[in-house]
Amino acid sequence: MEHIRLPKVEHVKLLDRVSARKSRVGTLYLTATHTIFVESEDGVRSETWHSSSSSSSSSSSSSSSSSSSGVSLMVHCKNFQLLQFMVPEEQDCQDILLSLQRLSQPESYEELYCFAYKPNVAEEERQREWNFMDLRSEYKRMGLPNTNWKLSFANQDYKVSDTYPSEVFAPESATLPVIVGSSKFRSRGRFPTLSYYNRDNHAAVCRSSQPLSGFSARCLEDEQMLGAVLRSNPRSEVLYVVDTRPKLNAIANRAAGKGYENEDNYSNIKFQFMGIENIHVMRNSQQKMLEVCEQRSPSMSDFLEGLENSGWLKHIKAILDAAVFIAKAVSEEGVSVLVHCSDGWDRTSQVCSVSSVLLDPYYRTLKGFMVLIEKDWIYFGHKFSHRCNHLDGDPKEVSPVIDQFLECVWQLTEQFPCSFEFNERFLITIHHHIYSCQFGNFIGNNQKEREHLGIHTRTHSLWSYLWTNRADFINPLYRPNHSQTQGVLRPSTAPYCFKFWRGLYNRFERGVHPRQSVEDCLRTIREETEQLEEQLASHKQVKVLGYPTAWIFTPDIRLANTPQDYTSCFLTSSPRPAGGSPVTPQDLNQTSSFNSNGSDQESGIADLSVQSPFSEDSARDSDEAANSAA
Amino acid sequence: MEFAELIKTPRVDGVVLHRPFLPTVEGTLCLTGHHLILSSRQDNTEELWLLHSNIDAIEKRFVGSLGSIIVKCKDLRIIKLDIPGMDECLNIASSIEALSTLDSVSLMYPFFYRPMFEVIEDGWNTFRPADAFKDLESMTDEWRLSDVNKDFSICLSYAPLVAVPKDIDDETLRKVATFRHGGRFPVLSYYHKKNGMVMMRAGQPLTGTSGRRCKEDEKLINATLRPGKRGYIIDTRTVNVAQQAKAKGGGFESEANYPQWRRIHKAIERSNVLQESLIKLVEACNDQTHSMDRWLSKLEASNWQTHVKEILTTACLAAQCIDREGASVLVHGTEGTDSTLQVTSLAQIILDPASRTIRGFQNLVEREWLQAGHPFQVRCSQSAYSNTKSRQEAPVFLLFLDCVWQILRQFPCSFEFNESFLVLLFEHAYASQFGTFLGNCAADRVKLGLLEKTVSLWSWVNRQQELERLTNPLYEANSLVIWPSVAPQSLLLWEGVFLRWNRSSKCLDEAYEEMVHIIEYNKELQSKVNTLRRQLAQLETEDPLLQSP
Repeated sequence: MEHIRLPKVEHVKLLDRVSARKSRVGTLYLTATHTIFVESEDGVRSETWHSSSSSSSSSSSSSSSSSSSGVSLMVHCKNFQLLQFMVPEEQDCQDILLSLQRLSQPESYEELYCFAYKPNVAEEERQREWNFMDLRSEYKRMGLPNTNWKLSFANQDYKVSDTYPSEVFAPESATLPVIVGSSKFRSRGRFPTLSYYNRDNHAAVCRSSQPLSGFSARCLEDEQMLGAVLRSNPRSEVLYVVDTRPKLNAIANRAAGKGYENEDNYSNIKFQFMGIENIHVMRNSQQKMLEVCEQRSPSMSDFLEGLENSGWLKHIKAILDAAVFIAKAVSEEGVSVLVHCSDGWDRTSQVCSVSSVLLDPYYRTLKGFMVLIEKDWIYFGHKFSHRCNHLDGDPKEVSPVIDQFLECVWQLTEQFPCSFEFNERFLITIHHHIYSCQFGNFIGNNQKEREHLGIHTRTHSLWSYLWTNRADFINPLYRPNHSQTQGVLRPSTAPYCFKFWRGLYNRFERGVHPRQSVEDCLRTIREETEQLEEQLASHKQVKVLGYPTAWIFTPDIRLANTPQDYTSCFLTSSPRPAGGSPVTPQDLNQTSSFNSNGSDQESGIADLSVQSPFSEDSARDSDEAANSAA
Repeated sequence: MEFAELIKTPRVDGVVLHRPFLPTVEGTLCLTGHHLILSSRQDNTEELWLLHSNIDAIEKRFVGSLGSIIVKCKDLRIIKLDIPGMDECLNIASSIEALSTLDSVSLMYPFFYRPMFEVIEDGWNTFRPADAFKDLESMTDEWRLSDVNKDFSICLSYAPLVAVPKDIDDETLRKVATFRHGGRFPVLSYYHKKNGMVMMRAGQPLTGTSGRRCKEDEKLINATLRPGKRGYIIDTRTVNVAQQAKAKGGGFESEANYPQWRRIHKAIERSNVLQESLIKLVEACNDQTHSMDRWLSKLEASNWQTHVKEILTTACLAAQCIDREGASVLVHGTEGTDSTLQVTSLAQIILDPASRTIRGFQNLVEREWLQAGHPFQVRCSQSAYSNTKSRQEAPVFLLFLDCVWQILRQFPCSFEFNESFLVLLFEHAYASQFGTFLGNCAADRVKLGLLEKTVSLWSWVNRQQELERLTNPLYEANSLVIWPSVAPQSLLLWEGVFLRWNRSSKCLDEAYEEMVHIIEYNKELQSKVNTLRRQLAQLETEDPLLQSP
């Protein structure tokens, strides 16, 4: 590979961010798709495939800085892992850095891992993987087509909108000229079409892009189109049009000949802004939040202030608020809703999919959730490759829109622990693979691109992988007949209901997670229960020999449970820069003098790993000395 | 009965009660000496029985002749009573105000309460220092039980019996007591069986500005050190605060006089700061109209989570010194009755598996809080809605419970009790029909005659039906030290207390029930399988055909 300047570097140290003692020394290998670190200690080979997915997309940024013991290389991964290597030679480090920078920003789709990923699977089997997901049967599940909604071929060969799927559902009364006319009045030709149909009361969630209304433009076909959408819900006399943007943004768009619907021009619509910020605000917000997560030992105030200043949870709340509004309109008022933002592939996807999760228990199952992502994100042209920075491209196109969707769902699982068939690991795994490029599902920006790239003929599908491994992703508290499972979810969106998602953003900081997992315990118990049920059912001579309660996680704790750095390095059990010798008065003096130059004593309490409480003692002693001298 | 004078209007009809997440109830309001009762006189409707002592503050509002009383409780609940008639409303309000702020402890409800349940085990006799000492004796002979404080003459806030190093005689203890704040000479708090290290607690040394020293004090704490070993003194105050304490006669152990000890200063806040923090936190939690920014900024400004982190960190440090460093530890702050107890009791939760059982935790609360002289009466006399500024109230115990909850969240299988037990202790510390948390120290309890005149909370808790409710179904005893994370990401807001009345807990409760169900079903199947197995074994012995295949 011409991009790899240095395929192998020895004596590289992989630092543990929490505990310096746990650093490991080994050899770093660069391949076209992975960065591999092989530990070389005591003849034991332990391999760590970092950013196990492709480095070609995972290391989004790396930087280096030198110090006495080598040059430090920081690798920020897209799955929020932070790797710090110490490379002995500066030139080597520079070569790795340049190689990684190039490898993590491929210039063409062909370089992505999914085209190189060839597990030992027969071609027939690979094809079946893609057949696992079938959106037609999803629409059938919703009860479509029916007298109100029909399958429209207006976008066959992508001639009306190249970012839409070729088959969409349109109101029965919308004729081809109306659809085509309406699409000409919408950004990127993304005309109003069906996202979710509530078969109980015929109310629907529809989606589109913004109208090209400018200051006064009208379009008869577009008005007819909305009329058709309204008519497709026979029991309702009104249609909500939800513009997910802040009003100011929408007004600003008018100057560019775009904008929003004028209530006077459309009959029986009610128009509403939602105030979700644009991709640039979201990108900066996540960046700020990640900086907070990456602080080494933040105080509580640092953390909460940082979280507030990032604005991240505010944005999550805005999305959930919008979804709650739509779910309520559809389920309680029986009113159909048309959702759009600017282009209708970011905020619109978020809001449509989150409201679908609220509305339909099916989307809270493993299979249903995959269907939902396939439908509202992949099918309707969320620009995964641009937003997730799969290729070297415009950094302004990058935005964590899908992260926010996954987080909204996670927030809901926290409020409704029994309502979801899947667990947190499922969401995190999906997140991981959206960025890993190991599977073809999220490659490209729309259906047309994916067809052109031959995704279905050349790559593997994540969905069938997840389904095959579904045992790992089951929430043990889920029961299909549980009251919480059924019906519409009505979450609270009071600010205190939103939590920081430690499981995703601090996924690799092992120290901050609970040391015992209720979910794992319950899963084990349920597995054991199933075995017991089988035994009872089969009336077999029971071979059970005193079932051990297998759900004790003692060994687990033993491994994971060590003290954090509650204090500075003065305790021998805390990491010490050199050796583990017992503390001597000389050590004490060294620590004191080290800390006396202006270290903040109050924050020293929080910044446990750096500061010594003895700095205060020494300050006091010097005070006393000064007093006695005076 | 003097309560009668305070109750001008004992009952009002047509009162409407508004409670969070419950339908409104219309009924008759009755005031008794100790309770506010609302009864709809209909079957199947829940009645309200509220202890006057649970009322933290009330507000009156009038619209025409309809008055409303907003009752703010110490358990943080807020209820509203609509009372027809201005006079009735005023009378009720002034009665509640008077009855909820009775000066005399002996008029409190525990002195009038008669248990409606069978007392199987008298909680007043369950945890005696002498019994605790027997356990200690089985592990070491380096300590003795001293009755130097038997008439509370040495230290008002200590129990009559305390554990001290064997080689230190009572005379020495008397001298040390004069050198320690409140007479609180160093006593044994915890003995770490694994390596024989100990944790002691005390009041601050009274060194003053002149740097007074006390040879006996030095002798006492040095007596706990193994030859050639060093110990750690954890001062819960910052060095500045400790320094300032000298001016008021207090101080800390200087390096010169205690060369075998290394002093570590931490920064656990004093009680009035904690009270302010609680008030701010609850205010933030109760305002449902906040934007996200405002909520996070108020949460941060309350500093509550900072206190939790600080207290936990200090406790972890003490535990680390003992378990990992193999060193003995002396903990003190100023009085040694607040932050000191938070640290010593939490360190035991971390180190000692026994304190993570239901009974062990009761024992811990008894030893490290009640007998150790945490002034519950003054600290818990008001909660988050108080507007009196007596500066004595402080949620010191609540913070301790919060820290325990944090560890429980991180080690959900290592505690025999569940969150409900912690919430129950919080409620009873502030208002209770039981005498356990009355008074400020052992001397008070004797003076008030609590043992004779009131019922112990433990008598009520240690019954099958209560224990069932408080038992953590996931509990599996483990003998390990459990090291919690103190990273801000790991510390959560204790929703079960602070958001309890602000959001519906229905779905979370259902999840808990589901968990219980899963575990119980598993146990049921296990026992079925075991029964079948036994039957099979029996058949095999009875039927020779089965024996020889």
